[in-house]
Amino acid sequence: MARIFAYIVHKGGVVDDSAFELAAAARKIDPAATPTAILAGQGADLDAACSALGASYAEVWKIANEGLAYPNAELIRKAMVKVLPSGSILLVAHEHFGIDLAPGLSIKLNSAFVSDVLDIAGVEGDALKVVRQEFGGQVSAHVRCDISSGAVITIRPGAFKSQDGAPLSGTVVDKSADVGPLTAGRRYLETVVAEAGDVDITKHNILVSIGRGIQEKDNVAIAQELADALGAAVSCSRPVVDAKWMEKSRQVGSSGKTVKPKVYLACGISGAFQHLAGIKGSPFLIAINKNPKAPIFQVADVGIVDDLLEFLPELTAKVHEMRTVAAK
Amino acid sequence: MEILVCVRRVPDTSENEIELNSAGNDIERDDLVYSINEPDNYAVEEALQIVARVGGNVTVATVGGEDDEEIIRREMAMGANHGVLITDEAFCGSDGKGIATILKAYVQKGSYDLIMTGVQAEDGGAQVGGMLAALLDYPFASLVNSIEVLDGKKLKISREIEGGNKEISEIDLPCLLSIQTGINEPRYVGMKGIRQVASIPIPTFGVSNLGLDPSAVGEAAAKVKRVDYFIPALGKGAEILHGTREENIDKVLELVAAKGGLK
Amino acid sequence: MESIQSAAQVTSWLVTGRVLFLLIHILGVLCFACIVAKRLVPLVRGQRDLRFDQPLVRLGRVLKFWLGQWKQPRYKVAGTIHIFIFTGFIVLAIRAFSVLIVGVSQNFVMPGLSGRTGEIYNTITDYAATVVFLCMAIAVIRRLVFKPARYAVPTRFGKAHTADAIFLLSLIAILMVADSLFAAAKAAAQSQQGQPLEVLAVFSLPWILQGVFASTALPTLGRLYFGAYLLHEVTFYFLLCYRPFGIQFHVETSLFNIYFAKLDREILKPVRWGVSDEHLDQVKSFGVKTFEDFTWKHMLDFYSCADCGRCSDNCPANAVGRPLSPRFITTKARDYAFQHYPVVGSSNNGTPLIGGIYSADEIWSCTTCGACEEECPLLVEYIDKIVDLRRGMIDDGNVPQSLQKPLKALESRGNPYGKMEKKKADWTKAKEFQQTCDVRVLNGNDGADTLYFVDSITAYDDRMQSIGRATAKILNHVGENFGILGAAERDSGHEVRRFGEETLFMALRDHNVEAIKASGVKRIVTADPHAFNALKHDYKDVPPVEHISQVIAREVKAGKIKFNPIKKADNVYTYHDPCYLGRHNKIYDDPRDVLDAIPGLKRVEMSRSRDRSFCCGGGGLMLFYEPKEDERMGVKRVRMAAEAGANVIVTACPFCMVNIEDAIKVAGMEGKMTAIDLAELVDQQIAHESQKVA
Repeated sequence: MARIFAYIVHKGGVVDDSAFELAAAARKIDPAATPTAILAGQGADLDAACSALGASYAEVWKIANEGLAYPNAELIRKAMVKVLPSGSILLVAHEHFGIDLAPGLSIKLNSAFVSDVLDIAGVEGDALKVVRQEFGGQVSAHVRCDISSGAVITIRPGAFKSQDGAPLSGTVVDKSADVGPLTAGRRYLETVVAEAGDVDITKHNILVSIGRGIQEKDNVAIAQELADALGAAVSCSRPVVDAKWMEKSRQVGSSGKTVKPKVYLACGISGAFQHLAGIKGSPFLIAINKNPKAPIFQVADVGIVDDLLEFLPELTAKVHEMRTVAAK
Repeated sequence: MEILVCVRRVPDTSENEIELNSAGNDIERDDLVYSINEPDNYAVEEALQIVARVGGNVTVATVGGEDDEEIIRREMAMGANHGVLITDEAFCGSDGKGIATILKAYVQKGSYDLIMTGVQAEDGGAQVGGMLAALLDYPFASLVNSIEVLDGKKLKISREIEGGNKEISEIDLPCLLSIQTGINEPRYVGMKGIRQVASIPIPTFGVSNLGLDPSAVGEAAAKVKRVDYFIPALGKGAEILHGTREENIDKVLELVAAKGGLK
Repeated sequence: MESIQSAAQVTSWLVTGRVLFLLIHILGVLCFACIVAKRLVPLVRGQRDLRFDQPLVRLGRVLKFWLGQWKQPRYKVAGTIHIFIFTGFIVLAIRAFSVLIVGVSQNFVMPGLSGRTGEIYNTITDYAATVVFLCMAIAVIRRLVFKPARYAVPTRFGKAHTADAIFLLSLIAILMVADSLFAAAKAAAQSQQGQPLEVLAVFSLPWILQGVFASTALPTLGRLYFGAYLLHEVTFYFLLCYRPFGIQFHVETSLFNIYFAKLDREILKPVRWGVSDEHLDQVKSFGVKTFEDFTWKHMLDFYSCADCGRCSDNCPANAVGRPLSPRFITTKARDYAFQHYPVVGSSNNGTPLIGGIYSADEIWSCTTCGACEEECPLLVEYIDKIVDLRRGMIDDGNVPQSLQKPLKALESRGNPYGKMEKKKADWTKAKEFQQTCDVRVLNGNDGADTLYFVDSITAYDDRMQSIGRATAKILNHVGENFGILGAAERDSGHEVRRFGEETLFMALRDHNVEAIKASGVKRIVTADPHAFNALKHDYKDVPPVEHISQVIAREVKAGKIKFNPIKKADNVYTYHDPCYLGRHNKIYDDPRDVLDAIPGLKRVEMSRSRDRSFCCGGGGLMLFYEPKEDERMGVKRVRMAAEAGANVIVTACPFCMVNIEDAIKVAGMEGKMTAIDLAELVDQQIAHESQKVA
């Protein structure tokens, strides 16, 4: 079995949760593996990130380079090509950085490439069998990937649960010297932070979240009334923002906010993974959707097959009723 | 500016119910309606807007078969100047790298300043764009949601990253960008426009006129192959509440109070 | 002047001004002719419009709507005032003519108006002038004191028109005064000399003025006489030449506008008159994008608008605060024409209208309910223009994203919901229903007499499917040999056409026509007024079509449908006229007759009913459009029903049902108001054989 590496995304000295999920995925591919973490960056932040990985990785390869103070995938790709042994399997989290880095890297390494993997089904000779989804999660597929000359695989965040096992040594190996000066045709300028909206959904314990099923802008009020009654906030999925029914600051998802509520009511949300990727901390997820086959019912704790446009107002009315009774 | 947009015809998820066929080895394709992959459509619209600002031409290309011609025509009805169908039996069964290899051969036949793809397809892996850029050694950026032409040599782009934030970069031409939905509001393509382009000849390119080595593409060369489709067992999913609406409401409130603490 | 000794000299002194008066005549007439010629320039550049057929019918309509002022009484106060003014103008026309000529040919008397006839005529015109003068005063007071809401100009459309209105009203008043003074001065002079009088009508304005100047010295009277004449002539020609610069142009254009008005309001304007469907591919640009794309008749409409505001007053989009106000669609276009085709200066044309004088939202906001056209006393047409403007936007790809999805779905799946064709007959498979009522899906010619055309919303929407089932059960009950097209049926395309996607509409229509012909049916029934309107007016070569309310009404009268009495005796029902059943197709009584035939059903009428019915919000593609509005049309309508004392709204259109049921929730009136479709109610109340007492 080839050596398995995991590229770790980090910011401000803190590693992303996906770091530990990648370790779990590596072990699923090869239970005997001792995966190696690779990080690129600069200075104290990079060192702090490296030391956070000790328990999960036997070796931590560090690439420190001035040009990598900001993680520019174009530069990091060139660094990786210099550092990775040929024929390796490299795991990367399937999010905005992984999407940017991985496909091109697989070409430069002359390895196979599979993206957004949910599960490992096994190794068959030279091939790795993985599970992916297509058509917005409506069907799953088994995919065979020839790993004889290595592979770059992006892993869906949250698909593999980080495991507690016997802690590994986490020896830091400095590979910076192998890299040398880096230039690329794409240069980072700045990050524009999203405007803060009127409501910070990341601070609420209960979220009433709406998706396409809300059908039109006027119906958003139905969700707002429920949220008001529950002392919650209204959040939403991407299609609602694209349709301009809610502000971007309300979006939960990989390109929106990450939230960690205690209770998440997913109303009229199909359950596309880009949305679920924004929900962390395993809240109690209640899904209300007209379509019994909606993928959200796979991940929810409790599901109700009903028309949210009718269910929510009745739910709101019941909350009001309960409160009036309680107040008496 | 000469812009190439690589597009793909996919089953339209909003107008289809995706189900497995009876043999279980593919989705049921009989009653499907197809359309252009949504992010690709945004890419074409963006190309048209760029060309309207700075001049130039937009070419739309796809790797596929006869059936795929219809989306080339549709994008030409939208305003693309040229359309190309890259087709050959030898291309069947290509994986992402295979498609990128084929597109590279086509790109090298012309001279494009900017190549765009949609960030990913419904049944794809968000890979062809990045792979093609690496094969061509062009700078690459994915999840692009804003493009500004700085001059004939560079662009200022914005990428969509977490939290709704935007990563602003400068990128040299020629380059390749994969485009995220929401970058613009694509114009409507009316049936009149589609009818008007219904008989325009679409040039085709195959293995021979692209100068490709057939062993580098197609099924034999593919390292990644889909084996089957399946619907995973609905094992542990949600506990579906089967009561009346009133009963369900009561249960929901009970759970919300227990798990989250109603204020 | 001082030499004037007699009344005769008073009047004959006018001769001294003959040359001046003649000059003014010539100048005035020439000026007017030049102005009118310049005003005709854009019409010559406009698109063709075939309005020269059926002259007798058109003349009849001129008699009804122009001479008969048929639409004016819809607004009682303003209507009455206008009828008086109009009648006064008609009556005074000959007198004015005579007066003008008298200045040049002193003893001119209009042929046929000499002697006794002339005297009677003069009496009538004396009163006419008085009435017109009084009406001017009342009109000015209305504008300044009572300020009817419909005259107000919202800030986004510019300044108020009050000053201009008062200016014009005053000029007409002055004209009446000048005319009266002219007669009064002469009569006063004659009465001083005890000469045979031209008797002035008692209490008329001239009579009053005669009293005022009864003892004025003759020379002064002479000056007054001359001056009044000059004032009259100058005011007359000033008004004549000023009218083509504003809303008063309707005085001249109204007759023509009504003559050339559309005979059949239900036939939508084709993309290009004179170009058949088969040759449409030769037309490069569809729709109206610049002013010159309008037809000459549309331009005449712009000139003919009297700015009365009745259209906007009845426009539901305007009432809920959408950007659309029909009155300003017309006046903005008229102002554009005046600006770009000036009387003095050269024309400059070709700027785009959308993004210029109109916003896209303004044009998408229209539900094509037709209230504006129903109201307009000058028969100005709106729907064709809105559709043409939308055709232009569709042609340019300028379509809101919210509409692109359903349009794409209509193209690929034949319905705006994107649902699969093979599921179009699923509504017939509801368990209980299927056991009692078998609905045949026709496969070519299956020997069915009647086709039940279901259309998209009734077939696919969970709630509206019950209208389909009720309709099928009714057809069954009356023994109709019917079937449905099932998967072969596409959306009727009614709104597709009215939203400007003509090519897609033709594709849907052609497909449906083929399927209908293949079925061999002899007639069509539908419960959807939009489908009804499309099959009746937009489709050619299909069998005659009826709405289910017509079928039920007929069967009730024939005794084939009998009803059980209403169970809930204290329900109060009101019928909401769907725009495409009522106003557009004039079917008002059949549904009401049906309701009145149900024993124990208490029915009230909303104040806005029949041709004044208030649109529920629109159907078809309008359900997908996201307008900016203050309130929903449906909410307003539901409140109107409550005001009328009703707690159940009966309607006969699935789109009305969607909008009204939605509105009941949004208005917070659940439990206080319900809605039911006519077919559902009939199905509920039908007395079946087994229930009849032996």
